[in-house]
Amino acid sequence: MPGDIVLETVNLGKKYGDRWAVRGLNLSVNRGEIFGFLGPNGAGKSTTIRMILSLISPSTGSVELFGLPLRENRGTVLARVGGLVERADFYLYLSARRNLEIIADLNGGVSLSAIGEALETVGLAGRAGDRVKSYSHGMKQRLGLAAALLGSPELVVLDEPTSGLDPHGIKEVRDLIARLAAERNVTVFLSSHLLSEIEHLATSMAIINNGSLVVQGSVSELLSAGTGTVDVIAVPAARALEIIRSLPYVENAIPGEDRICVKIPAAHAGSMNAELVRGGIEVRALVPRRSLEEYFLSITGEAPGL
Amino acid sequence: MMRVIIGNEILKTFRKWRTYIGFIAVGVVVPLVEFGLKAEGGSLVRNMTRGLGEDFLIVGNLFNAYFITYFIMNSLWVHVPFLISLVAGDQLAGEATGGTFRLMLIHPPSRSRILAAKYATTLLYTFSLVAFLALLAFGLGLALFGTGDLIVPGRTLTIIPRAEVPWRLALAFGLGVWSMWCVASLALLFSSLVENAIGPIIGTMAVIIVFLVVSSTPISLFTAIRPYLFTTYFNVWQKVMEQPVPWREIAAHTAYLGLFSIGFYMATWYIFVTKDVLS
Repeated sequence: MPGDIVLETVNLGKKYGDRWAVRGLNLSVNRGEIFGFLGPNGAGKSTTIRMILSLISPSTGSVELFGLPLRENRGTVLARVGGLVERADFYLYLSARRNLEIIADLNGGVSLSAIGEALETVGLAGRAGDRVKSYSHGMKQRLGLAAALLGSPELVVLDEPTSGLDPHGIKEVRDLIARLAAERNVTVFLSSHLLSEIEHLATSMAIINNGSLVVQGSVSELLSAGTGTVDVIAVPAARALEIIRSLPYVENAIPGEDRICVKIPAAHAGSMNAELVRGGIEVRALVPRRSLEEYFLSITGEAPGL
Repeated sequence: MMRVIIGNEILKTFRKWRTYIGFIAVGVVVPLVEFGLKAEGGSLVRNMTRGLGEDFLIVGNLFNAYFITYFIMNSLWVHVPFLISLVAGDQLAGEATGGTFRLMLIHPPSRSRILAAKYATTLLYTFSLVAFLALLAFGLGLALFGTGDLIVPGRTLTIIPRAEVPWRLALAFGLGVWSMWCVASLALLFSSLVENAIGPIIGTMAVIIVFLVVSSTPISLFTAIRPYLFTTYFNVWQKVMEQPVPWREIAAHTAYLGLFSIGFYMATWYIFVTKDVLS
């Protein structure tokens, strides 16, 4: 049901020595959504996720899962949460199936068929008897997802699940996450330093920088608010540039070798395209080039990180 | 639930190659020592007991399985502790190295329970290793040398009649396990502090060697701190062979070793439960 809050952090903070890794963080994640947690490397994403999964104890504030404080209800609430923190590590000298059995036991016992199903879901059923030592990074990462899914959790917390994967692996993991949310109605909390990843997958998102929340809201609203860069590939290019420069909402347009780099509010990209077509231009592609860095600049006016 | 967690910890430990280093070492060294003694060891005992046979009536062969087993038990001072620290020192640090705390500690079972399961596994490993040492030393000794009275070398030469040796040896091994549990507890404590098993192994051995030196060097400063070192009580298994058995002293030593073990475990618990998992 909408408005049913699955995960909430209240004034959550973690201090190492004099430095705040995370400070005054208030997040709220509703049931059924894919929540993107976005920030550059070192912004405090991993520290936050470790606090949510009880690996690190907060210096200030609290984590609430399903409306219950984590500190006092650790066993009860973590039974309903699956997690994958950073790189997926396993007992390398044990088989994938044995690794999952150990995790299943920690979750209070999961049937053998559920373990088989989880392996099936991530496409590792055929290699389940092999030692994890023989697995590639991508396979380990998929096994990590299988581990996070054991025990039918209501909430799955994933920390940069696609990091270090090749493009094929990235696509597989992303498809899997999308399928999870759609088919099993699992709430997904997903951290990433790639805006495009969050854009593809998430419905809501929060951006964190230097340990503090920058902005939180629905993905479509947040992304349409900022100014982005769009690469326009159009023929003839000279005439296209003329038209683009004549449009009042275009902030900047720089011709490149085979494309024109246009700085424009995201919401106006469509109407620019319409203008070009009306002007008799053959528009071959409009490629939004929205890196996290540029997005950051557009909403905060400052560069991310230190 | 607890049984399942302990079962998995035992499986994790006994599926690791590291765990068998101790058994292999014992399995190689004990036969080497015993066959070596068989080949030329007769003179060792003859030297110790020279002239004894003229004054006393000694039953059976003095160079027997009991003597050999008691002799090999001296590995409980330094060698066996090293083999124990190999596994005990890896229990927590190994999970940190492998990144598997992130796998283990995000589920309902509390850290107290996980630690208790690891402790139980460590104690089981320690018991298995010492039992293996005892059975191998005695079994092979029996086959090679037979039985007889036990002569205990020391400041005075004690002779324990054949009939009394089995229960005394069994008790000595029980107390040996008890003191090795203290070593295991210390190695586990060191293991909770770092993210690599090398540190706990070196740390445990350094402590044991330094403490043993302090425990056995007759300097007044050392004498003063001696009661506070757990290694001082390691000789509890040797006490069993004294005549008459100093039961009061054995009970006190056993209690102190137990208190040290509990103290080490409580410190480990506090560190582990409050630890931020950053590995």
